[in-house]
Amino acid sequence: MMHKKTVAEISRSLQAREFSSVEITRHLLSRIDSLDKNLNSFITVTADFALAAAAAADKRIASGDAGPLTGVPIAHKDIFCTDGVRTSCGSRMLDNFVSPYDATVVARLKDAGMVMLGKTNMDEFAMGSSNETSFYGPVHNPWDLNTVPGGSSGGSAAAVAARLAPVATGTDTGGSIRQPAALAGITGVKPTYGRVSRYGMIAFASSLDQAGTLTQNAEDAALVLEAMSGFDKHDSTSSPAAVPSYHGSLNESLEGLRVGVPQEFLDEGLDPQNRAAVEAALEVYRSLGATIHPVSMPSLALSVPTYYVVAPAEASSNLSRFDGVRFGYRCENPVDLVDMYKRSRGEGFGEEVKRRIMTGTYVLSAGYYDAYYLQAQKVRQLIAEDFTRVFKEVDVLMGPTTPEPAFELGAKTADPITMYLNDIYTIGVNLAGLPGVSIPCGFVNDLPVGLQLIGSHFSEAKLLNVAHRYQQETDWHQRLPGSDYE
Amino acid sequence: MSLTKREVENVAHLARLEITEGEIERVVENLSSIIDFVDQLRGADTGDVLPMAHPLDMSQRLRTDEVSESDQRKRFQANTSAVEAGLYLVPKVIE
Repeated sequence: MMHKKTVAEISRSLQAREFSSVEITRHLLSRIDSLDKNLNSFITVTADFALAAAAAADKRIASGDAGPLTGVPIAHKDIFCTDGVRTSCGSRMLDNFVSPYDATVVARLKDAGMVMLGKTNMDEFAMGSSNETSFYGPVHNPWDLNTVPGGSSGGSAAAVAARLAPVATGTDTGGSIRQPAALAGITGVKPTYGRVSRYGMIAFASSLDQAGTLTQNAEDAALVLEAMSGFDKHDSTSSPAAVPSYHGSLNESLEGLRVGVPQEFLDEGLDPQNRAAVEAALEVYRSLGATIHPVSMPSLALSVPTYYVVAPAEASSNLSRFDGVRFGYRCENPVDLVDMYKRSRGEGFGEEVKRRIMTGTYVLSAGYYDAYYLQAQKVRQLIAEDFTRVFKEVDVLMGPTTPEPAFELGAKTADPITMYLNDIYTIGVNLAGLPGVSIPCGFVNDLPVGLQLIGSHFSEAKLLNVAHRYQQETDWHQRLPGSDYE
Repeated sequence: MSLTKREVENVAHLARLEITEGEIERVVENLSSIIDFVDQLRGADTGDVLPMAHPLDMSQRLRTDEVSESDQRKRFQANTSAVEAGLYLVPKVIE
C-alpha cells in the first residue's frame, strides 16, 4: 500500500514510475478525507494546491529534473506561513489570516518538489503538550482515540502515525516535536538552534524555537532535514555552518560510541515500564558496540521552572504584535484604542496563551525582573554548562522522551503545572540549544514510548546515524496503530 | 506566594488583555501557582554566573542598508478589514 511507504520508498517508487505523484497525493487526500474526522490532525487540507503541485512534480520527474524529494507529499504544521493559504497557528487570533509569503522551510521544500497536503493541527501558538489548546479542537492519538497525541506538534505526529502523510514538519520550543513523536510512535527530530531558518515560523519563544521533522524513521528525517537546513539571510540567528550529508553517514558503525545516561532522567517520576523500555534500548546499543556511562547533571532539575520563566517572557514580547490592527482578529465596536487591544487579545487568544502572556509580563515587570527573569537566565547558563561538561566525556546522551505514554484527553487540563511537567526530559535541550531526537523504543500498556537521543551542537548527522542503526535492529518504528491504518 | 486580584488586574492591563469577571478568579489561582512553581529558582546558587540570553555564542549579524523587498502593501492589507486609502483604521486616538 502506497501510504505505508516511507519518504525514501516513495522517492524510489516515483523514480521507478511505479506510481505517480498525482496518484499517491490523491490516495493520501482520500485517506485524510475518510480517517481524519476521528483524528482532527489537519486544520486545513489544501487538495487543489496539492494536486497542482503533484502534477508539476510528475512533469519534473518525466523530464529528468527531479531531486530525491520531488513529488513526495508532506504536511506542514500550521505555524509555518504558507503563501495564499490560511496560517492559523491553532488560534482564533489568526483564523482569518492568509499568509502573503512562504516560510523559508516551506519555500525550500517546495523548491525540492515536495507536495503540501495541508496544514496540521497544533496547540495554540505552540503552547501546550497535548494539542488540547487548539482553537480547532483537540487531536486524537491514533493509537487510542481517548488519548492525546502530545503537543504542540500533535497534528503532525498523528498524521504521520496514521499514515496520512509520510512526513510532517513541526516546531520544538520545549519538546513539541520529540514529545508528540514519542506518544505517537514515530521519529521526531529537533535540530540545533539556528540550524533551520525560523523565518516565517510564527514566533513563540525566539531563543528556544526550532523547526524539525516528524517521520516514520531516521532515514526519512535525514532526507528532509537536509533539504530544510542551512543559512538563511532572513533569520538573524541562522547559523552559517555548512550542512553535511545527513543521509551519507546513516550507516556508520557505532563501535566505541560513548553513551551517557543522565541519572536525573531515571527519577521517581518515570513510569517503571517506560524505564524498562529505555533500558532495553540501551542493551541494543551495547550490542552494537556502544559503551554506557551514567552521568549526573544536577542543574537539569531546574529546567522546567527555568523554561516557564524564559519562554513566557519571550512569548509575552513576541505576541504583543497581535493588536488587531494590521492582521488577525479584531473585536467588534471598540470604544477606543486600548479597548480594541484588550478585547481583540482577550477574545482572540485562548486560555493557555493568555496564561503564558500573563506569566511573561509578570516576570518581566518592574520589581520582579531580577528575581525571576535574570535568575532564570543564570540557571539556564548552569544547565547549558552541565551539557557542555558531559559532552567532553560522552558522544551522545540517552534517556526517556517522556515520563509516561500518552495520557487521556482532559487528564491534565485542570492544573497547568501537571501539564508542564510532561516536558521534564525535553526542555533542557531547548534551553541549551542542542539537537534532540525521539525514536520509538517500545510500548507501555499498548501505547508507544520514545527513546530520546541528545547530541552536542550541530551533531545532527551523528544523532541520525545513532537513531538509524537502532532502527536497523528493531521494528518498533514500523508498528501501525491498529487495522484502520493498515 | 499568592497574587492578589489587584496585582493580576495590573498585569493584565500591562499585557493589554481583557480578563472578564468570570475568568479572574481562575486566572489569579493559576498565575499564583505558576509563580509559586518558578519560585524554586530563587534557591539556586548563581553567584557570579553570567545570564544566558541566547543558546549559541554568536554576535548580531549586520547587513548593508539597501532595498531588497518590493512593495506589497495591497497584499498585506488584504489581511485586515479596516483599511481606507491605503491606511489602517483604528478608533480615534486624537480628538
